[in-house]
Amino acid sequence: MNFVARFIRSPEGIAGLVLLSLLAAAALLAPVFFPGDPLAIEGRPLLRPFEHPGLPLGTDRLGRDVMAELFHGARASMIVGISAAAVAILVGALVGTLAGFGGGLIDEALMRVVEAFQIVPGFLLALAFVSVVGPSLTVVVIAIALGSWTGPARLARAEVLSIRERDFVAAARVIGMHPLEIAVKEVLPLALPPVMALTSVIVAGAVLTEAALSFLGLGDPNIVTWGSMIAEGRNVLRSAAYLSIVPGLGLVALVLGVYLFGEGLVEALARREGQG
Amino acid sequence: MSLLEVSNLCKTYPGKRRVMALDDVSITLKRGETLGLVGPSGSGKSTLARAIMRLVEPDTGSIRFEDGDWLALRGRALRQARARLQMVFQDPLGTFNPRASVGGAIGDALRIHNIGARHDRADRVAVLLERVGLSADHARRPITQISGGQRQRVAIARALATAPALIVLDEAVSALDVTVRAHILDLLVNLQQQEGIAYLFVSHDLAVVRAVSHRTAIMEAGRIVETGPIQNVIAAPASATGRALVAAVPRLITNPPAKEPAP
Repeated sequence: MNFVARFIRSPEGIAGLVLLSLLAAAALLAPVFFPGDPLAIEGRPLLRPFEHPGLPLGTDRLGRDVMAELFHGARASMIVGISAAAVAILVGALVGTLAGFGGGLIDEALMRVVEAFQIVPGFLLALAFVSVVGPSLTVVVIAIALGSWTGPARLARAEVLSIRERDFVAAARVIGMHPLEIAVKEVLPLALPPVMALTSVIVAGAVLTEAALSFLGLGDPNIVTWGSMIAEGRNVLRSAAYLSIVPGLGLVALVLGVYLFGEGLVEALARREGQG
Repeated sequence: MSLLEVSNLCKTYPGKRRVMALDDVSITLKRGETLGLVGPSGSGKSTLARAIMRLVEPDTGSIRFEDGDWLALRGRALRQARARLQMVFQDPLGTFNPRASVGGAIGDALRIHNIGARHDRADRVAVLLERVGLSADHARRPITQISGGQRQRVAIARALATAPALIVLDEAVSALDVTVRAHILDLLVNLQQQEGIAYLFVSHDLAVVRAVSHRTAIMEAGRIVETGPIQNVIAAPASATGRALVAAVPRLITNPPAKEPAP
């Protein structure tokens, strides 16, 4: 049975996939449904949801279309979440592989760096980084990755430590393969699946960190994100709670979708291990 | 002039119970010769094989291979010199990256040692596969989708790819069933006759060693306790370990009183 078939058999995976597909479709089709700047003023401020047929989710304090903001915000959240996780896993897996495979002094040095990053709370690190460098989408992605690459690094190292004792690594040395080639081409691909299982946790964490940064006014000011929408709605939380609830529900759906998808992925991977 | 000269090799594994895996071990091997290294498990024979392959660094002692100081080689020089000294491992599955294809595994050895132009490597892989009794079509198969015996043939082809003078076979047939084992042993003997490759044949099974070796060395607790031509050792083992190993060889005796004729 192939991987896709195993994935489809897990109900969590399917639920996550459906949820993520809907959100991805919303993000991708945002410019089609809502062309133009989502930050443009579209109507009377603080219209409640379903009051106006053209503005189904109402407007915020400045009269901006909440529905348009929600769709465009999905974009930012997904881009930031996925790229931050990709950077974190790439860097983490590479550092972990080199540490585990190199051993000795290389291992010691790299793992001390990992620990240095681990003892600083990830959010504080992101906050400090964005405050110093200035808010933009790339900076936010790097800031979030800074706090989340240590998990993949530690996991990759542990995997590599067990894989490097296997005979095929000795066989690769015997045929004269360069240690770096052994690490990256022979060992890393096998150490990757369990590290990939961390993706969902990291993406979900990144989405929330991005929202928190935006909430504190440290997101990219030129794009709508769900975090900045919640921050915006906070001022009128008692009179117009929907301004915070709508993007909040978006966040819940995205994080839930990513978790469920990851759960299905892990299960599909585990089934293969069990069979192999 | 000997091809391989191992002198006074010592290796102690660190830890609470310090195990002396190699205790002043010396062996020599001539070109085109097979030395059967026999011993019970834990006797240090695999450590010796791995020390010769530079997978384990010995504490003291020297190894000369093809008239050079083998233990002095480092980095790039060692990687290049490895072409002449190859190894076949016990577990035919574990010795290949589970993601590799047959052709890829052999092609890697050719690529690393720059053997042949890139475009005719596929032909060289095909030739190597045919030399170990497989067909060229096997090159595209994933390593996980051929049988254990075929995999061990691929491992031998990979070792042959770089034209080595010596192949260390570490329990190379122990994981195979009896009929497959006989075929692989035949293949090894034929290759030796054609190419003059020397073998260091490591095994716990004296019967297997007898089938391929010229001389044998018996190891026990990190020491070589007995060496000599294989027939002599089997006919009259001098050491206690040697006697135990000879006694452990199963025999097919149809009429017990009749003595087995000498080969």
